[in-house]
Amino acid sequence: MARNPTDDVSQVVLLLDVNPFFWGADAERLNGSVGITFDQYFQHALMFLNGILLLNHTNKIVVIATGSSTCGFLYDSTATENISESITSKGKTKSQESRSELITQSMQEFVSKEEEAVKANPDSSKVQYSNFSGSLAMALCYIQRVLREPLPHPQPRILCLQGSPDAPYQYISVMNSIFSAQRNGIPIDACVIGNQHSAFLQQASHITGGIYMKPPQPDGLFEYLMMIFATDLFSRQFLQLPRPVGVDFRASCFCHKKTIDMGYVCSVCLSIFCKHHQTCSTCGATFSKSNLTAITGMKRKAPPS
Amino acid sequence: MMDVDERPLRLDVDDDGAEEDEAMADRGAFERHYADERSWEELQEDESGMLRPLDVAQQQRQHRKRMAAMAGPHIQRGIIRYVYVLLDFSRAAAEMDLRPSRMGIVADCVEAFVREFFDQNPLSHLGIILLRNGIAHRLTDLSGSPETHIKALRSNMECAGDASIQNALDLARGYLTQIPSYGHREIMLVFSALSTIDPGDILEAVQKCKEANIRCSVVGLSAEIYICKLLCDQTGGIYSVATNEAHLKELIMEHAPPPPVQAEISVASLVRMGFPQRGAEDAVALCACHREVKIGGGYTCPRCKARVCELPTQCHICGLTLVSSPHLARSYHHLFPVPPFEEVANMAVANGRQSISKNCYGCLQELPTPGGKVKGVRLACPRCRQHFCFDCDNYIHESLHNCPGCESTSISSSQPSQ
Ligand SMILES: [Zn+2]
Ligand SMILES: [Zn+2]
Ligand SMILES: [Zn+2]
Ligand SMILES: [Zn+2]
Ligand SMILES: [Zn+2]
Repeated sequence: MARNPTDDVSQVVLLLDVNPFFWGADAERLNGSVGITFDQYFQHALMFLNGILLLNHTNKIVVIATGSSTCGFLYDSTATENISESITSKGKTKSQESRSELITQSMQEFVSKEEEAVKANPDSSKVQYSNFSGSLAMALCYIQRVLREPLPHPQPRILCLQGSPDAPYQYISVMNSIFSAQRNGIPIDACVIGNQHSAFLQQASHITGGIYMKPPQPDGLFEYLMMIFATDLFSRQFLQLPRPVGVDFRASCFCHKKTIDMGYVCSVCLSIFCKHHQTCSTCGATFSKSNLTAITGMKRKAPPS
Repeated sequence: MMDVDERPLRLDVDDDGAEEDEAMADRGAFERHYADERSWEELQEDESGMLRPLDVAQQQRQHRKRMAAMAGPHIQRGIIRYVYVLLDFSRAAAEMDLRPSRMGIVADCVEAFVREFFDQNPLSHLGIILLRNGIAHRLTDLSGSPETHIKALRSNMECAGDASIQNALDLARGYLTQIPSYGHREIMLVFSALSTIDPGDILEAVQKCKEANIRCSVVGLSAEIYICKLLCDQTGGIYSVATNEAHLKELIMEHAPPPPVQAEISVASLVRMGFPQRGAEDAVALCACHREVKIGGGYTCPRCKARVCELPTQCHICGLTLVSSPHLARSYHHLFPVPPFEEVANMAVANGRQSISKNCYGCLQELPTPGGKVKGVRLACPRCRQHFCFDCDNYIHESLHNCPGCESTSISSSQPSQ
């Protein structure tokens, strides 16, 4: 690959997980301690964003917040005026405010919107996921716009700062987004803060060639971000970056949205089910028991010698 | 391809009307078509000297209409396929009109085809039969592992004698009639010779293939042959003859995507499958497929915990079909398509919200407003009522297959099934 002048100019799209069910006071009781408070997390992310812009003055950043009820653009360094108009309702002149203040303000408004949504929907006993599939789709639409611009345009990549667990019902949409990112050569980096690994993000970084990492000490988030995720795509060829600790390729079933490692697949449409059904709920095909035995009894392939 | 219409073109257009009319008579039909439409008159030059269409919105509407027509009705495809690839390695394959020989080129193309086939049809099976010395010889069993086929083919590179289509069809049919009923039976013949030397009646063999619901396709290397044409016509396959090396590859690769299914031929069924996890990059394990110690990568069978080197495959210990879930997921956008967006006709009226959105929900690009600077169409998702620009509409329906608006609200309408 020939080096072109914009090889190390990056367009970073940061997906910030602001799910109140993950960061809220109840969360610690439910999920156990994360090792970092929301305040610290947000401050580290802000420092990281400023760092990206300092590394190369032509770098561009976009911040998208992922909540439990909605997603929204918080900041767009290319069109700061536009975005602040659409997100913040107060009529101040935004150009005078510093970037961090701007993002903080957008964030506060986003969080209060989230709060209202949570209050409006008091059924918080069940697990609430973040709308990761939504913010990922928005990020890709935005990047598509960058790619449409005449060359040279910056090299786009997505960084997901994720805490909330994977929402099994988002499986298909997340996979669709991952394949679209792969086709356009957009790496998806993932930094997972929660207590479990994220199968979605493992697959995303595996398929798109991004970096996946779950920092062992979440309170040192800023260091991990700067040392690993701030590197542009060109420099990554020369660095020893963390290698994956394995990828969880389990699927989630269409009937209960449960994550399974073994299941039944409809031969017509490839829908996945966790147990035997009479008909396929996706394509309407009817299955008979006799067919099933025919397959399980199918010949075993002799290993090649 | 997605935004060809949008991109400004750098063209040198000088129109001399008088001259054109004279020249009209001796022009080809396609030239007249362009001249009649006077499409250059719909262009204007912008500040930077680029040509842009005068009426952007009209242009975009036409593009949307074209795309909608192309999408067409939903076709059901046979996803689980059982294919026998018949390769003519008779003396005709030794001809050197393709370098190094027809056989060498065919083998290269088939190798690429086998890999592509398993990529696009993760749950399908494939086998190879060679036509040589007047007989048909089965090179590989129907199986799901690309490497086995490629290895066997590479170690069997010789050609001699005549080719017999009848023998090959009979042999392949014998194996294909044994497969599970949900599978789609197919034969793909790559034929170099100009004649077939058969022991019996080939028309009978064709008829039997038709009765067994085997779809037969032929890719020819020399010239169109009547019997091949008949075979494909009778069984619903495709017959094509390659004119050069690149064309041959293209014709063979055309058979990789699943073909449209002939209704009610196959029976649906549930197939038991495992979704293994990928091991850590530095883990050491004993591999079941090669029977040796391997470091890094590999997948673990969820039922018996044996290690296999690649997916998709069948577990060598317990026989479970092992696939990676992304393999299956690649076809899911066919199942849950994003509804077509509707054009917002009256931009002045807000759609259930206080004020009409200024920016595209997906990319933040400014949207056209009545009397505004931005021209073009404004589109709305029928489910979430968010507004999108023309470019995002294109991208969402052609590549992304998700509506960012629907995905970012936690209403369950975006969830698949039930
Ligand atoms: Zn289920
Ligand atoms: Zn189905
Ligand atoms: Zn096994
Ligand atoms: Zn847009
Ligand atoms: Zn929508």
